[in-house]
Amino acid sequence: MRVGVVTFPGSLDDVDARRAVTFGGNEAVVLWHGDHDLRGVDAVVLPGGFSYGDYLRCGAISRFAPVMTEVIEAAGKGMPVLGICNGFQILCESHLLPGALIRNDHRKFVCRDQRLRIENTSTPWTSAYAPGAEVTIVLKNGEGGFVADEATLDLLEGEGRVVARYLDDNPNGSLRDIAGITNERGNVVGLMPHPEHAVEDLCGPGTDGLGFFTSLAAAAFA
Amino acid sequence: MARYVVDVMPKSEILDPQGKAVLGALPRLGFAGVVDVRQGKRFEVEIEGDATAESLAEVQQMAQTLLSNPVIEDFEVRAV
Repeated sequence: MRVGVVTFPGSLDDVDARRAVTFGGNEAVVLWHGDHDLRGVDAVVLPGGFSYGDYLRCGAISRFAPVMTEVIEAAGKGMPVLGICNGFQILCESHLLPGALIRNDHRKFVCRDQRLRIENTSTPWTSAYAPGAEVTIVLKNGEGGFVADEATLDLLEGEGRVVARYLDDNPNGSLRDIAGITNERGNVVGLMPHPEHAVEDLCGPGTDGLGFFTSLAAAAFA
Repeated sequence: MARYVVDVMPKSEILDPQGKAVLGALPRLGFAGVVDVRQGKRFEVEIEGDATAESLAEVQQMAQTLLSNPVIEDFEVRAV
């Protein structure tokens, strides 16, 4: 599949995301925030970083970038979209996902190898994982606290839309230890930790993140 | 020129880590008896022409669309 990775001004992890897409057996396509063009891709990754300097709120200005008009429209038609960290914040600001990400409750930037449980393996981004798989991938954020009202949290839990949950210590105050969620249709996934930094043994805590990028290929051939 | 102020505050039920940091710093500076601090944002918006119901509605629309996130924040708009 052709997987577009959007570069916003201030994106940090777009190159790593493209590399991970390639490792996952897909073709990485460069997308630019200022273009009204998805270049015919089959899926989109919104990478981590500090798009538009995190000015106003994380993701608030990126949400109105020209390319996001196309991403929102395509997501509405079922295109797989994965937002990682800043990408997750952009998806929440775009209302493609419910809730919001706020500053970590302990007020410090956190950077560590984080254990997670993959709880929903029916999305195009997580189908390569065994249900309930426990994985370790990199987490790095300053504003990663997932919040939503109780009704929304209950809905997410009830519909199995919590994609990943923090194990051991909750690193940022996310309600109900939520690390990642999906939309009602299951094609849009937001994740605070960084699977693209855990795709090869040379660096990072291992290759547990690879599944987020191989799932698409598996889905394409299923 | 019409001038409006938009105050954006975190909703009361949302944790405000920045406010908590300020709250923690105040006693160290000798300000005793401070019970709570919430930190928000203030925007000053200038619009061509006189202040009208239309321009007020426009600023409210801005506040709702971009200046605040209704999931975590409340806003107030007033002409100044």
